[in-house]
Amino acid sequence: MASKFNSASDMKKARGLGSAKSGVHHWWMQRVTAGGAMILLVWFVASLVLLPSLDRATVAGWLASPFTAVPMLLLILAVFWHARLGVQVMLEDYVHSESGRLFSLLALNFFIFAVAAVAAFSVLILAFGGARA
Amino acid sequence: MARNRPLSPHMSIWKWRIFAITSITHRITGNGLVFVGLLLFTWWLAAAATSDSAYALFSAFAGSPIGWIVWVGLSWAAAQHAMSGIRHLVMDSGWGYTRRMSRLSSAFVWIGAILLTAAFWLLFQYIGPGIF
Repeated sequence: MASKFNSASDMKKARGLGSAKSGVHHWWMQRVTAGGAMILLVWFVASLVLLPSLDRATVAGWLASPFTAVPMLLLILAVFWHARLGVQVMLEDYVHSESGRLFSLLALNFFIFAVAAVAAFSVLILAFGGARA
Repeated sequence: MARNRPLSPHMSIWKWRIFAITSITHRITGNGLVFVGLLLFTWWLAAAATSDSAYALFSAFAGSPIGWIVWVGLSWAAAQHAMSGIRHLVMDSGWGYTRRMSRLSSAFVWIGAILLTAAFWLLFQYIGPGIF
């Protein structure tokens, strides 16, 4: 609620605040990645329906196209980023000890980056024709 | 931090209403999508990039009864989380905080998610690949 002695809007005042002095950045990026993921998921779900088969040859051939590989990489970026932000909020709510929170957030970051790297690298292998029989 | 600060004495007798259930379901489906959905999604991509035998192993899981239960569950969780997320976005604008609207929008989320899930599987079976 804007006070009558301060003409700054609520959003203006929230920027730069928060325990890490990052203001509404986390909250905002959660919304931005959600919107991006939503658009890309519509494309992904439509693609799953429109593919003639889900055998390896069809899927690998589909991912070999840059028109698939690029949105797929963007989907991986948006979804894993959103996942990291979302699980972080859950951990911050439920893990109460300082050390437990530190280590669970570290584990979350390692997990997200490792799995996202495997997913992205798999797409790149197929996109650059590096897959073997 | 005060460890023994007083807490509400009524934490355990909370009355579950549809908006509270929708809220916690958003968190449960979100985390399920991360720890089940993203791992299986990555397994699928990695198997496709690795070898025929790696993909055959994934396909055997994907086409099994347990696989189908997981796919239907994940598709519902994605639809529920997306619908509930849109509700959150709308409520971020300040709309829908009356009890009546909060109840209505919650119901809309649950019904919409089930309809979206059903629509996806109908399209997948009758227009799409049908099987994994």
